[in-house]
Amino acid sequence: MSRENVLVSAQWAEDNLDTPGVVFVEVDEDTSAYDGGHIPGAVKVDWKTDLQDPVRRDFVDRAGFESLLSAKGIGNDDQVVLYGGNNNWFAAYAYWYFKLYGHDKVQLLDGGRKKWELDGRPLTKDQVSRPATAYKAQEQDLTLRAFRDEVVDAINTKNLVDVRSPDEFSGKLLAPAHLPQEQAQRAGHIPSAINVPWSKAANEDGTFRSDAELTEIYGEAGLDGSKATIAYCRIGERSSHTWFVLRELLGHGDVKNYDGSWTEYGSLVGVPVELGTGKD
Amino acid sequence: MTAAGCGAPEQGTTLPANVDPGKEVVLTGTVSAGGQPVGGAFVRLLDASGEFTAEVVSSEQGDFRFFAAPGAWTVRALHRTGTGETQVTADGPGLHQLQVAVA
Repeated sequence: MSRENVLVSAQWAEDNLDTPGVVFVEVDEDTSAYDGGHIPGAVKVDWKTDLQDPVRRDFVDRAGFESLLSAKGIGNDDQVVLYGGNNNWFAAYAYWYFKLYGHDKVQLLDGGRKKWELDGRPLTKDQVSRPATAYKAQEQDLTLRAFRDEVVDAINTKNLVDVRSPDEFSGKLLAPAHLPQEQAQRAGHIPSAINVPWSKAANEDGTFRSDAELTEIYGEAGLDGSKATIAYCRIGERSSHTWFVLRELLGHGDVKNYDGSWTEYGSLVGVPVELGTGKD
Repeated sequence: MTAAGCGAPEQGTTLPANVDPGKEVVLTGTVSAGGQPVGGAFVRLLDASGEFTAEVVSSEQGDFRFFAAPGAWTVRALHRTGTGETQVTADGPGLHQLQVAVA
């Protein structure tokens, strides 16, 4: 997998804003960012209301994905460029999701909104409307998605990569430090998991580190390249960022994202939980 | 799924009703340049080893807020007009007021 196939630079994006067949999609949890100014021509996808099932804890099914993309004016042959805030967390989640439903021509904007804004590139509040399409999705590719039983079975067997911050991993915090710490589930991590915070993979401006740097980071952390890997975080979006790094940038073969992540695992009855750094 | 995911909660000086500053370490403050508040800055919370912990975008009034743990922290702001940082040590729960100037 080469980087050019899965990432575009901010400069490439600015040069291709009007290129037919290229659709920019901003993905955020809080879409007020989009409403306050977005990349010209970009459509918005709301991580919660567009991508999550409104009742069950799961994401929208195949038919729901088809109607979402059709309504957004995205066709099966379009080259989709995803970007968003939070260092592309939700854009990376959407990328994983597009792959899950079989959309091949999808890329991330390297650095997302942050790099775009730090560069002082144009943002607009213009309404964007694209003619509706009749999008057809594939069945979910479950080679990309891990469920809880598989995660429990992976303890001491596969690479488990916990991409949360060290304080979340050790059990000191239950959520990232910009959120209130009110959750009730148990703190800690899955036994045998290594802790490589997602942020290790990103530069300060939100762009991804070089392949050489990334290889060194995961190698030093003890990731065994000969084994299958499952990445998790709290709700599955930061781990999509790391899933992208391991599978799409570094080309590891068998990498799954556990979207249930700690909010599911840390609430399960009877599963093992480890506290501390895991190195004691 | 909790009501608050990992997105960008609204930044401001008024604490949400469900936060008790007697129990949490709250780091709050303002990003400024030349004495004027800077909105839209990327404000990063780094732990004592310099490791990234969290990031928020400052409000139009330049406000930011983190929920941390006791310890030494660095708050670093990035904006297209410049960067800046400040350090704070939180010994225990409470509200810690910070100023970060970017240049």
